Amino acid sequence: MARSLITLPERVVRGESFRVRTLLQHPMESGFRVGADGRLLPRDIVRRFRCLYNGELVIEAELSPAIAANPFIEFSVRAVDSGSLLFEWSGDNGFAQREQRPLIVA
Amino acid sequence: MRGWGAALLLVALAVQADERRSGFLDMSPATQAMQRDDSLNPGMLWVLQGEQVWSRPAVAGGPSCAGCHGDAKQAMRGVAARYPAFDAARDRPIDLPQRIAACQQRVQPGAADAEAGLALQAYVAYQSRGLPIAPPDDARLQAPRERGQALWRQRLGQLDLACADCHDALAGRRLGGSPIPQGHPTGYPIYRLEWQNLGTLQRRLRACLTGVRAEPFAAEAPEWVELALYLAWRARGMPLEAPGVRP
Repeated sequence: MARSLITLPERVVRGESFRVRTLLQHPMESGFRVGADGRLLPRDIVRRFRCLYNGELVIEAELSPAIAANPFIEFSVRAVDSGSLLFEWSGDNGFAQREQRPLIVA
Repeated sequence: MRGWGAALLLVALAVQADERRSGFLDMSPATQAMQRDDSLNPGMLWVLQGEQVWSRPAVAGGPSCAGCHGDAKQAMRGVAARYPAFDAARDRPIDLPQRIAACQQRVQPGAADAEAGLALQAYVAYQSRGLPIAPPDDARLQAPRERGQALWRQRLGQLDLACADCHDALAGRRLGGSPIPQGHPTGYPIYRLEWQNLGTLQRRLRACLTGVRAEPFAAEAPEWVELALYLAWRARGMPLEAPGVRP
């Protein structure tokens, strides 16, 4: 299972926006490089990233082979209600990663 | 007069200390920010993994690192700062990755894998972040350290360059577009942007050797540890910044 590092505030003020940072461990093999044996390394990248805030989609990103290993995605969300944020990454070779973080809105 | 002499010596030492620079200071502000902020630093992914490896038995029913060593935050504090150290069992100095690998082999035979070892190394080194590099005062390390120092000054490879030719004599200047750092091992294991991965000091030294078109030493050769011993002594007192980020 891949590892991810998600940073967001524990408590936020209603109506205000806050920053969310996600860092995912993934090789992001572009499919254009050759290995030590001279053969092309098959592509292995994260294709999609989604974040759902209480079930509502707040960001969706399509990742491409030109993105470096361990992709870092940072975005802003406006605080509406207490609940949780769900992070989903999916990619080649059946890669799928889900993480959930609680959020308290005061 | 004696007081003056001591004061002068202190000033001289302070000046000498000031001349040593971590490679961190030669990086771009963006890369510095990446290392400084744990939510940006990709090395923290390995620290996180290391934390899991530390507390989980590698083989079912077997011991975990935490089972013997306890809480890494206390037990491993300062450990990375004093390696390489002398290993009485093998009668030679070993570095931190070798120490971890040996422990894995002994306690969890068959379960040792390099990836877990690297993560453990990141986690253990992280516990010494901010502490000064403190090579042990051990007479048995003297001879290997001197061999390391000789290696540092030894011209190698088709380019006929010694480590000292660049990292002592030309440090602070540029090679192509890149600054030449003084080569202090303050951030290991480092996340190197060029590697897009975490790597050990040995990997960094291996890249230097192929860079001067020399044949790298064998994987378990004593030369790596001897060089690391000299480098640790050369950087003694400088704060550890593991996991470092380097371009």
